[in-house]
Amino acid sequence: MEAVSNFLASDLFYRFRKSPVAVIAFIVTALLVLSALFAPWIAPQNPFDPGSLNLMNGFSQPGVPNQFTGETFMLGTDDQGRDVFSTILYGLRISLFVGFSAVMFAMVLGSVLGLIAGYTGGRTDTIIMRIADIQLTFPAILVALLIFGIAKGITPPSYRNEVAIWVLILAIGLSDWVQFARVVRGATLVERNKEYVQAAKLIGRKPMAIMLKHILPNTLGPVLVIATISLALAIIAEATLSFLGVGAPPTQPSLGTLIRIGQGFLFSGEYWILLYPAVTLLALALSVNLLGDWLRDALNPKLK
Amino acid sequence: MLAYVIRRVLQSIFVLLMVGLVAFSMFRFVGDPVENLLGQERTQADIERVRDQLGLNDPFAVQYVKFLGNALQGNLGVSYRQGRPVSEIIAERAPATLELAGVSALFAVLFGVGLGVFTAIRRDGFMANFIMTTSLIGVSLPTFLIGILLIYIFAVELGWLPSFGRGETVKIGWWSTGFLTESGLKAIILPAITLGLYQMTLIMRLVRSEMLEVLRTDYIKFARARGLSTRAINFGHALKNTLVPVITVTGLQIGSIIAFAIITETVFQWPGVGLLFINAIQFVDIPVMAAYLMLISVMFVLINLIVDLLYFVIDPRLSADASTRGH
Repeated sequence: MEAVSNFLASDLFYRFRKSPVAVIAFIVTALLVLSALFAPWIAPQNPFDPGSLNLMNGFSQPGVPNQFTGETFMLGTDDQGRDVFSTILYGLRISLFVGFSAVMFAMVLGSVLGLIAGYTGGRTDTIIMRIADIQLTFPAILVALLIFGIAKGITPPSYRNEVAIWVLILAIGLSDWVQFARVVRGATLVERNKEYVQAAKLIGRKPMAIMLKHILPNTLGPVLVIATISLALAIIAEATLSFLGVGAPPTQPSLGTLIRIGQGFLFSGEYWILLYPAVTLLALALSVNLLGDWLRDALNPKLK
Repeated sequence: MLAYVIRRVLQSIFVLLMVGLVAFSMFRFVGDPVENLLGQERTQADIERVRDQLGLNDPFAVQYVKFLGNALQGNLGVSYRQGRPVSEIIAERAPATLELAGVSALFAVLFGVGLGVFTAIRRDGFMANFIMTTSLIGVSLPTFLIGILLIYIFAVELGWLPSFGRGETVKIGWWSTGFLTESGLKAIILPAITLGLYQMTLIMRLVRSEMLEVLRTDYIKFARARGLSTRAINFGHALKNTLVPVITVTGLQIGSIIAFAIITETVFQWPGVGLLFINAIQFVDIPVMAAYLMLISVMFVLINLIVDLLYFVIDPRLSADASTRGH
């Protein structure tokens, strides 16, 4: 309880209340995350259970009722009679899961490497940061595509669909760690020479403990900002890869996969199969992005 | 200066050797090359013979050097899927991507500089504000959605432009161009806008902020005091001084244009190298993937190197700095 009241009284929360953009972005994000979490309970049908589908319902316009149960398809159905609203909810789950996991992976990997580089310095620092520099010269999407391709080549064909989601997380995460490493390294270089670190060294704490328990907590502010902005980028990266047909498998479609499927019906006039997943993706990416921007400004001491 | 150039060149060569190592490891360890060459009916003796022929029994370093030698001579292996030399396939696809990238870059620079100057001069005008706001929305849209949106408006609803392919092409030697036919010219419009839009906004914003900065300086005020025409001041004096950062940013963006061509080419089924790469990933066609990786790395490294060296040529302050510090 105390933590909650502390937070409600904090400067950060005050700034949040005063920014309508941040409040709206937060509400949209929260709604989308919640509906993804509770998708099995909210969705009128399970779009991946063949028993609940009927081809007779295929290409229903938004608002047309199901011919068998009488329930309305709020956002229409696709060619196989799947309720678009339900597929979006399940797609959101995949998109958010991949996005969150990829950012977590990038954050842990980047922060650890950044800490080590900044704290030990010397040759380790040079090697880690040189690799980071080289990776930065290539666009993230290209790096992710390549890692995805190699990983796909290594896994035996029969497992490819099962591990596709994990490979996707690995590829996006590995393409994104550099940002975290750079920021944490920079902060570590500053913190390393402060008195509390000297004191910790004097009382004989191990380098590992100093890095994780003393320095790391002091670098978390900027890491949080980068993580939020990275989340928006990771969601778009995932959608892009899935749209290109090299991401989430058709058995577990993400929003990008749904857009890829919907593009096929653009010319025949079934716009809703494409439009609603695209709008959902945009709303998600935009609101997370706005939250990240707001957080960056709110945590920036120079702007206070 | 010379030391800096040498260091930069050595660095670039090191990066390329590393990329070569990645590409080589892909060949060597992702999938078994012998499996891919021999069919189902093979004996142990066959396998040994082929391994010897391919040099797979040599030490790792020797194989790597041979691989690099082959790559330098343009021998990039044979595509698993199409059964043809990769270099041949890429040479066939390259003109499509290069033409697309060229037109997009041209579009980005022309409209970027034009709109940048416009929004800087009419800073508070309605149109300028409108352009700036729209550009923000444009940047946050993923590339593939922009492509789909353009297809929907101009191909589905209005029916003015084709939604996929290159149209008719004309062969000039080995180069196939879409510039000489009407359908080819029509076909390139939408993909080029999709690909260049992000770069255009980037250049526009850069030119705008640089122009605003320059328009405040003393020499512009002095030029006004001398009674020069607004046109001469804006374009002859101000714009000229904003071009240094624009050139470097444009240079660096050429790499991204080629990388993002993968997405645009998929949306519009444009038969270029990017689409080839995506198909290679889908079918795990390792030689094509490795070749694309090496080609694009050479390009990126070269562009970065040239832009870095251009800084010295364009901005004399940098080389003055370097010489006083004894670099």
